[in-house]
Amino acid sequence: MAMLHTVNKSPFERRTLDSALRHAVKGSGILLIEDGVYAAFDGTQVSEKVKAALADHKIYVLGPDVNARGMTEKNVIDGLEVVDYGGFVDLVTEYDKVQAWL
Amino acid sequence: MKLSILVNEGPYQHQAADSAIQFTKAALEKEHEIFRVFFYNDGVNNGTRFGVPPQDDRNITEQWTALAKAHDLDLVVCIAAAQRRGILDENEAKRQGKDGDNIADGFRISGLGQLIEAGIQSDRTVIFGD
Amino acid sequence: MAEPEPWEDDEPEGPVRKFMYVNRRAPYGTIYALESLEVVLIAAAFEQDVTLVFMDDGVYQIKKEQNTDAIGVKNFSPTYRALEGYDVEKLYVEKESLESRGLTTDDLIVPVQVLDSNQVSELMEEQEVILSF
Repeated sequence: MAMLHTVNKSPFERRTLDSALRHAVKGSGILLIEDGVYAAFDGTQVSEKVKAALADHKIYVLGPDVNARGMTEKNVIDGLEVVDYGGFVDLVTEYDKVQAWL
Repeated sequence: MKLSILVNEGPYQHQAADSAIQFTKAALEKEHEIFRVFFYNDGVNNGTRFGVPPQDDRNITEQWTALAKAHDLDLVVCIAAAQRRGILDENEAKRQGKDGDNIADGFRISGLGQLIEAGIQSDRTVIFGD
Repeated sequence: MAEPEPWEDDEPEGPVRKFMYVNRRAPYGTIYALESLEVVLIAAAFEQDVTLVFMDDGVYQIKKEQNTDAIGVKNFSPTYRALEGYDVEKLYVEKESLESRGLTTDDLIVPVQVLDSNQVSELMEEQEVILSF
């Protein structure tokens, strides 16, 4: 039973990414949406933490929220998968349940 | 799959309502069934028909109404949260002695039990909040 | 075997699912703690398998001796003591969240089971529906 964890706040504003990572068991999925996408970009203070998390989790980022914030796939850390809303829906159905870290 | 969505924030203040709308649209395009969209906390403010946002940007309440009409969605505003925040239908307005009601088309006011039922009956419950 | 009398047939109808309420916010600064508790109370009538977890700032929700007189807001912390009467008995607190806030279970208004964060993770995995506000 694998869980999808959604994180919607910036890692610089709030600690929900940390809470999610602390509680996501190996094999979980993490989906970054809304301001949460700021954790997906390379070259930030949290990039190494996110790269390290890839060892145990699949990490996804919502493309529309990336673009809205003036970034593109080029800015996204290697290994993160960019999805659109259709992909978001697919993830929700592929994983067994969803937990929102607000 | 049967999906339910919980919206915990009002329109515009947070992106939650927009994200929920985009997710709901995408789920419908993929022919999933939306069992219910439940509005709690400030999310009940999605259900006022008196919003007049600027014309050059989206009208979130109208988007919900349009989705509800096109796909026969069940949009439920929690009565307890609605009473706190002043979202009323005609019955509630009469019951509470208020001089008007403001619920938007396509929304209905009901109890928290509808959220629990959604959790019980749906394959997935997805939450959008702050 | 005789048919049950109508008043004997009081088993919950329908599926029983494992619901977890994740409480991560402090009380009073926002409404989430109060309105989350209201869901739990109403939901009790549905006789589901309910677990409450208090973690991060959520541990502050059940801190003893809340005195809200001077902020002019109702003190709703006594309501946590009513949960037992609603058959909501699985209350857990995360150890690391307590410790990092300088709290112990002696500071809490209700009896809880303390879990470390790995145990909380495992408990989350067992759930079917996870509600957060």
